[in-house]
Amino acid sequence: MAITMTKGQAGLTGNSAIAYAMKQINPDVCPAYPITPSTAVIEEFASYVADGAVTTELITVESEHSAMSACIGAAAAGARVMTATSSQGLALMWEMLYIASGMRLPIILTDVNRALSAPINIHCDHSDSMGARDSGWIQLYSETVQEAYDKLIQAVRIAEDETVQLPVMVCLDGFITSHAIENITLLSDEEVQGFVGEYNAKTTLLDIDHPVTMGAMSLPENYIDFKFQQSQAMARSKDAVLKVAGDFEKRFGRKYGLFEGYRLEDAEIAIVILNSAAGTTKVAVDELRKKGLKAGVLRPRLFRPFPVKELAEALKDKKAVAVLDRADSMNGFGGPVFNELRSALYDVPKRPKVVSRIYGLGGRDYKVKDAIAVFEELRTIADTGMVDTLQKYITI
Amino acid sequence: MATLKELSKQNELLTGGHRLCSGCGIPPIVRLVLRAAGGPVVATTATGCLEVGTTIYPYTAWRIPWIHSAFENAAATLSRIETAYRALTQKGKLPGGDKDIKFIAFGGDGGTYDIGLQALSGALERGHNFLYLCYDNGAYMNTGIQRSSATPFFSNTTTSPAGEVIPGKQEWRKDLTRIVAAHNIPYAAQASPHNWADLSRKAEKALRIQGPTFMNVMSPCPLGWYTKPEDSIKWAKLSVDTCYWPLYEIEDGILKITYKPKEKKPLEEWLKPQGRFKHLLKPENRNLLDKFQARVDLEWQRLLDLDGKRI
Ligand SMILES: Cc1ncc(C[n+]2csc(CCOP(=O)(O)OP(=O)(O)O)c2C)c(N)n1
Repeated sequence: MAITMTKGQAGLTGNSAIAYAMKQINPDVCPAYPITPSTAVIEEFASYVADGAVTTELITVESEHSAMSACIGAAAAGARVMTATSSQGLALMWEMLYIASGMRLPIILTDVNRALSAPINIHCDHSDSMGARDSGWIQLYSETVQEAYDKLIQAVRIAEDETVQLPVMVCLDGFITSHAIENITLLSDEEVQGFVGEYNAKTTLLDIDHPVTMGAMSLPENYIDFKFQQSQAMARSKDAVLKVAGDFEKRFGRKYGLFEGYRLEDAEIAIVILNSAAGTTKVAVDELRKKGLKAGVLRPRLFRPFPVKELAEALKDKKAVAVLDRADSMNGFGGPVFNELRSALYDVPKRPKVVSRIYGLGGRDYKVKDAIAVFEELRTIADTGMVDTLQKYITI
Repeated sequence: MATLKELSKQNELLTGGHRLCSGCGIPPIVRLVLRAAGGPVVATTATGCLEVGTTIYPYTAWRIPWIHSAFENAAATLSRIETAYRALTQKGKLPGGDKDIKFIAFGGDGGTYDIGLQALSGALERGHNFLYLCYDNGAYMNTGIQRSSATPFFSNTTTSPAGEVIPGKQEWRKDLTRIVAAHNIPYAAQASPHNWADLSRKAEKALRIQGPTFMNVMSPCPLGWYTKPEDSIKWAKLSVDTCYWPLYEIEDGILKITYKPKEKKPLEEWLKPQGRFKHLLKPENRNLLDKFQARVDLEWQRLLDLDGKRI
């Protein structure tokens, strides 16, 4: 794929931008298996391989279970490893996701978000990555192509950070972001290489003089201690995310925090929402602000680890908040972001009313009017202090 | 075996109006096989073109009970439907009373040679009474032509592109029919839709025989092969006449070639019309073409040596 660039700018789809970032990172090994809507990432990367534009070993494995297993093998052997998948592919990797994080392997995975079967559906929702939310992977969510590109480059440094050593998943919305062309600013190959640096794994299976046993059996005397260390590393990784974002901003000028607030500071009511639908919600906010309604948006960028303190701080003086989840926990009590955010607000002295709204499953459109309707509901909740419906589906 | 006229009078169990591409090899294969069943059939299909193209809600092209569950598990799914059939028959709980139901799993080459191989192997070994039919179009076509382990040598796919330094897929295709036969199942065969009589006869036999049976069927794909839709059957025939795709069966361990071309055509004739092999026809890639031909010759000779023998 020849990318035409003018002054570092190029019109790229989310998938092309991810493939291009991978080309610039030039990882040692890339296991690949096709699935809509992430397939173009590995297709375009395969053409970089076939044209000799990268030195990466591409392994066209026979399933996603094998793709993640291959990531684990290669990372354990000391290689920098990346792959991409969606939906059923991530679901089939599930067993291996826990093994990757439990072994503290800094693998990078792009998840192009797509709904899960049954019924089979190829369009966007967040059920796939939300299903993997407790697998010990750091999860970064992106609204735009630019953000996905920048995040993938940052992900390498976060994963490999000495204090972290955990796999990272970069999520972007299937079709909406993966297939839409956006004009983005690309870094030069040298800038990317300079930023990610060279990877030298501390422990590798190929160090014959220092043999290690990986994946040992661990009994009740030790198992929980391993998990405790892993849990601490996950909690610590928040600092690494900020540190890497800080260095990124210093070098390239684009700033990324743990979340994005849009007209949030003086807002009385707010919608919390991940990825591309935040853009739609911002348009609704602008319209409502014109009418004097103090509406705002909070878009988490980091979901794992969950930035409890920062999100509570940002929402503590709001009157009413709706958390819009593009995934259902099927627990009769709202979506995954809702449950965690509501819990994060528990210790806030004058906590806002928080409601759950499930939207856009399987690619169902979420429109400005849908966001406005939620804001109208929030206005009533703020005015009356009463919640009529704690959780419900919208866009149906 | 039923005559063509008789077959044509039977109801289509896979109706028209589905969304598979024109020139796709899958629908004629499925229709011939369903007709060959000659009675009640329950089927499953692995994720892939056949599944997607026939069932976009609220429509279905299937006039038989049918289920799709996932990509990697068609054989596992079907084997348990068949088990439930036996269990419920024994208890006299089959809706509408006892019936002789046939069970068929359909899967593409990706769903069979690659991701579904474990489930297939398990179901064959356990000895369920079903037919597994693989339609082999030589790539993951539904997701846009990615290489599978069935993809022909040097083929240009989106994950094995013919690039500046690597000329397409570097590996010879997996010989799945042989792998399946190594499970010592009662019947395994290769077929092609251009030879409907051979295909129908094999399907009838596979469905009549007790125990697990397997058919691997060549399935032209105009989209992935870069060929004209109206020529599909022609290129299916040529895959057989060049001996790239030999027609044979293995029944109770005895291998029999069911069609020997009078004149074995040069492989180039089959490759030439297909865009996926365009790069092979460049003069500088002559050595690759020769390598491909030599391998086809070797495999064909191996088969000839086994013809009529217990393998
Ligand atoms: C676990 C899993 N991985 C990947 C996919 C995506 N996927 C759906 S169909 C398909 C290709 C199917 O290829 P094949 O079996 O050769 O059948 P064809 O498309 O050619 O009909 C793929 C990769 C999936 N649905 N599930």
